[in-house]
Amino acid sequence: MSNDNTHWHRSLIEPKAGLMAVLTTVFISVGGLVEILPMFTASAGNQADLLEQIHPYTPLEVAGRDIYTREGCYVCHSQMVRPFRDETLRYGVWSRSEEYVWDRPFLLGSRRIGPDLHRVGGKYPDAWHYEHMRDPRSTSPGSVMPPYQWLHESKVDTEDIRASVVALSRVGTPYTQDEIDHVPDLMKEQGTVIVQHLADAGITAEWDDEIVALTSYLQRLGRDRKATLATAGGAQ
Amino acid sequence: MSSAVATAPGGTSDRPYDDAIVKKFILATMLWAVVGMTVGVWIALELAWWPANMGIPYFTFGRLRPLHTNAVIFAFGGNIVFTSMYYSMQRLLKVRMWSDFLSSFHFWGWQGIIVAAAVTLPLGLTQSKEYAELIWPIDLAIAVVFLAGALNFAMTIANRKVKHLYVAIWFYMSFLITIPVLHVFNSLAIPATLTRSYPVYSGMTDALVQWWYGHNAVGFFLTTPFLGMMYYYLPRASGRPVFSYRLSIVHFWALVFLYIWAGPHHLLYSALPDWAQTLGMVFSIMLIAPSWGGMLNGLLTLRGAWDRVRTDPILKFMVVAVSFYGMSTFEGPMMSIRAVSALSHYTNWVIGHVHSGALGWVGMISFAILYWLTPRVWNRKLYSESLATTHFWLATIGIVIYTVTMWGAGLTEGLMWRAVDDGGQLAYPVFMDIVNRLSPFYWLRFLGGLMYLTGALMMAFNLIRTITGTEPHAQPEAVPAK
Ligand code: HEM
Ligand code: HEM
Repeated sequence: MSNDNTHWHRSLIEPKAGLMAVLTTVFISVGGLVEILPMFTASAGNQADLLEQIHPYTPLEVAGRDIYTREGCYVCHSQMVRPFRDETLRYGVWSRSEEYVWDRPFLLGSRRIGPDLHRVGGKYPDAWHYEHMRDPRSTSPGSVMPPYQWLHESKVDTEDIRASVVALSRVGTPYTQDEIDHVPDLMKEQGTVIVQHLADAGITAEWDDEIVALTSYLQRLGRDRKATLATAGGAQ
Repeated sequence: MSSAVATAPGGTSDRPYDDAIVKKFILATMLWAVVGMTVGVWIALELAWWPANMGIPYFTFGRLRPLHTNAVIFAFGGNIVFTSMYYSMQRLLKVRMWSDFLSSFHFWGWQGIIVAAAVTLPLGLTQSKEYAELIWPIDLAIAVVFLAGALNFAMTIANRKVKHLYVAIWFYMSFLITIPVLHVFNSLAIPATLTRSYPVYSGMTDALVQWWYGHNAVGFFLTTPFLGMMYYYLPRASGRPVFSYRLSIVHFWALVFLYIWAGPHHLLYSALPDWAQTLGMVFSIMLIAPSWGGMLNGLLTLRGAWDRVRTDPILKFMVVAVSFYGMSTFEGPMMSIRAVSALSHYTNWVIGHVHSGALGWVGMISFAILYWLTPRVWNRKLYSESLATTHFWLATIGIVIYTVTMWGAGLTEGLMWRAVDDGGQLAYPVFMDIVNRLSPFYWLRFLGGLMYLTGALMMAFNLIRTITGTEPHAQPEAVPAK
């Protein structure tokens, strides 16, 4: 250490704060640029046929997704089936990047305190979700999930969801002007179908209950991919 | 090189060092440490015993967990980093902070942001990106307040009375430069309402940008400033000069270069393109070298002072901190290997890893610095050294219980998820059977966390009694040899 003062960097770099700052900035920029920039052109590698069949979320599903985010469901549930035999057995076909194109924000999650949800759409009837969210242990004995009974009591605000749809279209989700103009109608139309399913199971609900919006989102997860697979003959 | 550290108390008579700002940050650190860890213990209880969610929206696990992470990283972590920087920068640069107004703006702005976080997160107002959950108006405030603080530090460096920049300052600088870059690019979004926005990136691009941010929040918020703190306070507390100047240069530049590439190790086997996953894995493995360079430089600084480690609680905290830094930076690269991630990802193993870094490295070095600084800036004798030693043992045993049980839980669930029987079918097809197996681990982790929190409460008591005491701090300043 005694000869430290004779090292070139000790006089050329380390006393110069501005130079240190510039060098640091360069050092931290390289990795990020190399990894992230290609992602903006990587969509060329996406398979167009699959991409075409991944539809943007409907306004009711956007409302459901907002609730999913607000309650922090992604904190305990992943939406990313990895390409392993046990995961495809347990959940279904593994996830592909094209499936996430309309996901803003992405909700992959980093924990599986509960099971993965990327293939949950169509797995259970609407009434199952209604009961499960009210009292998770009624459908899944031993679950550690909290009950969310307030979703069954609060209403979605259609004006609020219109603002979401407008913002999403601004960042690039292809909603038509007609869809944007008719957000409440579209929500009511889709919600009424779920309400009917619930009525069939003896449950009274209204189309603008938060639980209905959330159910529409959950039932949506993985459906487009399953549809593609069905038309392709069920091959993975 | 040790000369830079071995400064006498100083500043000039018309512009003495500003220690009032250090005191404020110390008090804020203690407060948020207790709050953040209490929420940690609470959510640990929620996993062991679901009724702790209380049936109230604001207190459910999904909303409180982000509150915990934000409180411990940005409130506890952020305040101890700023505490340490305001004290050490003035002494290393031999000049008072450039602007008292900016120091004060930085302090109150940061606390305001924390309070805003503590209100909005339980309300469910979130952007959902891990460690970047806060809604867009708060994001704007973070950028302004952080840059105001950074400007003050930059101008203080520009006005310094010593030519050479001590290694601690390089690490602080990398923190001040990198965090705004990460924060701004990860937070780019279009507002829908005052409290909701949607990111400009979508899908896997959004995921990659987030983990570029997320991993480097670990790298440049929980690692580089803390290494800077190690380089200043370890020599001060031990009275030994830093082991190797050359090693500190090499590992500094290697660390800031390599860290940025490692983000994709959070997305192994995901739908992220393979080349990006491979880059993330390779650079993560290389990160062992500069990380261990820092650990060795820290531990070897103590050569010749090991007898004091036996008696001095502050050095005890530091030794354990640096050792856990070494451990978690060995474990992290291992978990970045695809085959290991296949098992560990999504499990409690990751939580064990996080807390060996967070409780072991970040927490323990922060406690050491609080015990070292408080008596000095208030010029009061430490109220009780034996209470500090008790804190040390409680915390150490708490960490061990926490990490060991989380490894156990992680391996248990990871192996049960993938187990198949002879017929090629899942051995545990009912997910709930696996969840139920974790209950004992969750209870033990709650216990470990409770011990760690109890230690932190003892420290808060000890330091408040120190501040309100009357006997001056008598110990001569420990000055590094040479
Ligand atoms: C009394 C001490 C603490 C307890 C009991 C505690 C408990 C917890 C719990 C229960 C979780 C959620 C785990 C899960 O999702 O399964 C968590 C997450 C986390 N904690 Fe703590 N914690 C404590 C202290 C800290 C400290 C001091 C830090 C940082 C300086 C920290 C950083 C984190 C982070 C970053 C996560 C998120 C991990 C991830 O996303 O994978 N914790 N903690
Ligand atoms: C060379 C250093 C390190 C490497 C290569 C590394 C690598 C990793 C890997 C592979 C994961 C698991 C990601 C997953 O499967 O989801 C992880 C998670 C994590 N690590 Fe590290 N780690 C390192 C050091 C540290 C240190 C020192 C800390 C704390 C101070 C830390 C904090 C975290 C946190 C908070 C997470 C959880 C992220 C999340 O899922 O939310 N790491 N790290």
